[in-house]
Amino acid sequence: MSRQSNRTTDSKKMNSELFTLTYGALVTQLCKDYENDEEVNKQLDKMGYNIGVRLIEDFLARSTIGRCQDFRETADVIAKVAFKMYLGITPSVTNWSPAGDEFSLILENNPLVDFVELPDNHNTLIYSNLLCGVLRGALEMVQMAVDVRFAQDTLRGDNVTEIRMKFIKRIEENLPAGDE
Amino acid sequence: MVIFSVYVVNKAGGLIYQYDNYVPRAEAEKTFSYPLDLVLKHHDEKVVVSFGQRDGIRVGHAVLSINGVDVMGKNTAEGKDILEYLKDATNYPVSIRFGRARLSSNEKLMLASMFHSLFAIGSQLSPEVGSSGIEMLETDVFKLHCFQTLTGIKFIVLADPRQSGIDALLRKIYEIYSDFALKNPFYSLEMPIRCELFDQNLKSSLEVAEKAGNFGAGS
Repeated sequence: MSRQSNRTTDSKKMNSELFTLTYGALVTQLCKDYENDEEVNKQLDKMGYNIGVRLIEDFLARSTIGRCQDFRETADVIAKVAFKMYLGITPSVTNWSPAGDEFSLILENNPLVDFVELPDNHNTLIYSNLLCGVLRGALEMVQMAVDVRFAQDTLRGDNVTEIRMKFIKRIEENLPAGDE
Repeated sequence: MVIFSVYVVNKAGGLIYQYDNYVPRAEAEKTFSYPLDLVLKHHDEKVVVSFGQRDGIRVGHAVLSINGVDVMGKNTAEGKDILEYLKDATNYPVSIRFGRARLSSNEKLMLASMFHSLFAIGSQLSPEVGSSGIEMLETDVFKLHCFQTLTGIKFIVLADPRQSGIDALLRKIYEIYSDFALKNPFYSLEMPIRCELFDQNLKSSLEVAEKAGNFGAGS
């Protein structure tokens, strides 16, 4: 195949602290604006969704991954390729449901929450909810409807951060031609 | 070795970007005296030659300008009907430029949505299951290459049949789209792309592809 773009191994390094600070500023401003954790969670999910629908094209353009045949393959691609490409971490895929339509991503460390502690008055805030929106938006653009939520969160006292992803259905409207 | 044009079609089949890289080669400007020996007729809002091929002026060529001033569809720039103008002996001698009419943007929109449907037919006609849509369309003058992403966007490149490296070029255009169109927060998905950076980067990658003749190791 053709040579890979020279941007896959991105030579533009950004300070990850700037990234953590930017995300933190975003969440705290949302908290000030909405003053309600549920609302902030919803907004983070929406923002993540808008990021996801654009990020998927970048992901597909830069990696040569083709269409995944089943949900297991999707899980592997998300954990091993996508998370690695964008956050530099490789979560593990575990806790498959018997029907094979639900799994968990266990993140040992989450770059979004370096140096972050949740105060007591925000204990229903899902700080990294942006990630759920990103995953949902990206998969929707490749015709998969999924439900993504945080099952465990180190910010709220658990040992690991666990994202639970459930396959809902294949989106049949507007299928690109050639996909049956 | 030339790349003629690039089209980008969204999921619904609407044209969201179009770029023409070619200069029409066949244009002829001639001075005529009364009476005009070419037979002209109206066709699709243009005036075209229907009979009387000579000196580089072919049947099907449209009237592009009269006396150096571009025409507007069926009328001269002043709004007079061209055929009436040319029947009047007092307007001669007149210098008319003929050439192959360029597609108007409406025509391009229609052709793009037609291609979108044909693309789907390509996969439906297939005897084997799981066929892709139309990937290449070949004529004696150009080859049309089409690449559909997993998200349903189609990138279409019309190039010289001998031009190689189009597959790699299509992927490069996909990268440019994902960078300069999608990462622009003011660009809404599925809408026409009006991003300067996208234009510039697309043009330079076309130049690279044309010069290389062989963009990357692709076919």
